[in-house]
Amino acid sequence: MLKVQDLHVSVFGTPILKGLSLEVNPGEVHAIMGPNGSGKSTLSNVIAGRDGYEVTSGSIEYIGKDLTELEADERACEGIFLAFQYPVEIPGVSNMAMLKAAVNSMRKYRGEDEMSAAEFLQLIKKKAELVQMKQEFLKRSVNEGFSGGEKKRNEILQMAMLEPTLALLDETDSGLDIDALKVVADGVNALRSPERSMVVVTHYQRLLDYIVPDHVHVLANGQIVKSGDKSLALELEERGYGWIEDEVSGLQEAS
Amino acid sequence: MNEVVENPAQEQNRELSELVKREYKEGFFTDIESDTLAPGLSEDVVRIISAKKNEPEFMLEYRLKAFRKWQKMKEPEWAHIDYPKIDFQDISYYSAPKVQPQLESLDEVDPKLLETYERLGIPLEEQKMLANVAVDAVFDSVSVRTTFRETLSEAGVIFMPISEAVHEHPELVKKYLSSVVPVQDNYYAALNSAVFSDGSFVYIPKGVRCPMELSTYFRINEMNTGQFERTLIIADEGSYVSYLEGCTAPQRDENQLHAAVVELVAHKDAEIKYSTVQNWYPGDENGKGGIYNFVTKRGICKGDNSKISWTQVETGSAITWKYPSVVLQGDHSVGEFYSVALTHNKQQADTGTKMIHMGKNTSSTIISKGISAGHGQNAYRGLVKVLKGADNARNFSQCDSLLMGDRCGAHTFPYVEVQNPSANLEHEATTSKISEDQLFYLMQRGLSEEAAVSMIVNGFCKEVFRELPMEFAVEAQKLLDISLEGAVG
Ligand SMILES: Nc1ncnc2c1ncn2[C@@H]1O[C@H](COP(=O)(O)OP(=O)(O)OP(=O)(O)O)[C@@H](O)[C@H]1O
Ligand SMILES: [Mg+2]
Repeated sequence: MLKVQDLHVSVFGTPILKGLSLEVNPGEVHAIMGPNGSGKSTLSNVIAGRDGYEVTSGSIEYIGKDLTELEADERACEGIFLAFQYPVEIPGVSNMAMLKAAVNSMRKYRGEDEMSAAEFLQLIKKKAELVQMKQEFLKRSVNEGFSGGEKKRNEILQMAMLEPTLALLDETDSGLDIDALKVVADGVNALRSPERSMVVVTHYQRLLDYIVPDHVHVLANGQIVKSGDKSLALELEERGYGWIEDEVSGLQEAS
Repeated sequence: MNEVVENPAQEQNRELSELVKREYKEGFFTDIESDTLAPGLSEDVVRIISAKKNEPEFMLEYRLKAFRKWQKMKEPEWAHIDYPKIDFQDISYYSAPKVQPQLESLDEVDPKLLETYERLGIPLEEQKMLANVAVDAVFDSVSVRTTFRETLSEAGVIFMPISEAVHEHPELVKKYLSSVVPVQDNYYAALNSAVFSDGSFVYIPKGVRCPMELSTYFRINEMNTGQFERTLIIADEGSYVSYLEGCTAPQRDENQLHAAVVELVAHKDAEIKYSTVQNWYPGDENGKGGIYNFVTKRGICKGDNSKISWTQVETGSAITWKYPSVVLQGDHSVGEFYSVALTHNKQQADTGTKMIHMGKNTSSTIISKGISAGHGQNAYRGLVKVLKGADNARNFSQCDSLLMGDRCGAHTFPYVEVQNPSANLEHEATTSKISEDQLFYLMQRGLSEEAAVSMIVNGFCKEVFRELPMEFAVEAQKLLDISLEGAVG
């Protein structure tokens, strides 16, 4: 589904990703962990097609397409969803209006008819219940005045509405209380299916108790330096990142 | 050999005169005597205008007084705008009932104009009227109009051209004309008072809630009110009226200079809501063509508990100079000003409001949203004045500017004059850009860049749009989208 090969990315001239490779198959959940500033958000942004992130070499392939050829909105319409680490406020635009435009824009891309107002209302009600979000939040401006946790929940609501093929969750668990964490995890798990893949960026193994990953990767200094199964996350929780960095530098010295 | 090189100001000035001249040549037909006056303004011209309109004596006196004041006045230069000098002696001040050449079918209309009508969702028959195409008998505008007139007159509402009101309701016109905007108020108001062509007259009797939004259904007929428009609206005690001015379809108006005057009078417990959505031809991307719009709009809350709201969405005009104001004379009276002004390409707008607090416990609200794109220049100039006797006056002002690109500008000039220490004034101002974060966020949700920009801009204007009557609000949004095309990227 997603194939990232030897990817080098510069952000405004500064190299951030330095030869990253990652392959995600349909139905898989991958967790990405790693120290602050290692490039996790950069990876999510470059997959989603943010301006200013320049691919200097390597490739990103998604369902057989070269992603770098597509604009951010086209990638979204192709089924890539990014739950932002820092969701953006859009004053004066209601959550509902934004989602309606998003749903219909994607339908149009796929050559389908617009969703009727009634159908949309029904759907959004159902999805809001799923993430236990009160109706009033639908009428409020996108993320404006939302608490940190409410913003994250809103990202999951959007994901539930848009039903992506590849979901990138960038620290969606950060700043959530235990109950909210479960809600978010339920939202994500409800979307899990053999066709859908997820890349979950997190600092905490706790989330992975709820969203059980097939693979865990450690990103450090712009590369994936270690991969394993979910036990790797437990080990990281216990030991931190130092030992991996030592391992890596040891390897580099040996070679 | 010396070549004569015109500077841009001279060049535009020449164009202006040529336009005026062209109108002189083409606008008129057989009867030379009765139709267009040669360019120029003098006392004789004012007399002729009044005579041609067959006006009562008091109107002639009114016009002459205004003309004499105007002669002694100087054109203002303080506005934050830049334009070639207008030669007022080079304009023709009377060109009687202007009949535009009628077209046979829509095929003869500028396709670009039609495309815009199409996207604004204007019905076909209405498109024809706007473009001055002969209309099918199916759409009988006369009978539509008559129906509405009947409904209104049953309620006792007077709604007619001011040129008719001068004859049919001279006592009302005499009493209220220039009671809010004195003839010598400013240069353009004086000029308008001397030579005004026509406009609307509205009177809502005591205790009547006007049964419909005035002017929605009439907008087609409001098309050719000319360059010196005059509007007078009076809401008697306890009455209510919502008046809609303008037309959202772009008008290719040949009159480059517009100097309108609008006066509103709200008596005790009365409320007037005045909404404008205006989209005059703004000129091309180089600033050529386009209308100069110098308007004086003022309302007086004469009685206690009266209320006046101005709501305006301005996307047109090459140059706009306009400060709808409210004089809060009655105790507990309320003044509101909601404005969206968009400038694109070489457009310039200098708008704002004046709230003059005189009565006790008066309050005013100012929400101004300026959007600048391209080389557009947008200035907000607001005055809040609290007079000595105005105990417990309150004002809340919020001026937000949105910049698109880095060649445009926004300027905010809030002026405050307070003569009563009990006043409570709050002012907030923000300047923002459409952030790359917001754009990426929306595009990540599948919206095209244009749709994303449109959504952000409409959100920015939300507080103003929600003040507009429903159907106007929808049109205003579409209008912004069209006006902003090509503003990003
Ligand atoms: N616009 C930018 N200009 C310069 N440097 C940038 C820019 N964006 C990101 N960086 C740098 O790139 C590096 C990687 O940032 P990134 O946000 O991807 O880290 P992260 O792994 O997501 O960290 P965290 O765990 O704190 O979220 C950081 O050192 C950051 O300072
Ligand atoms: Mg990050």
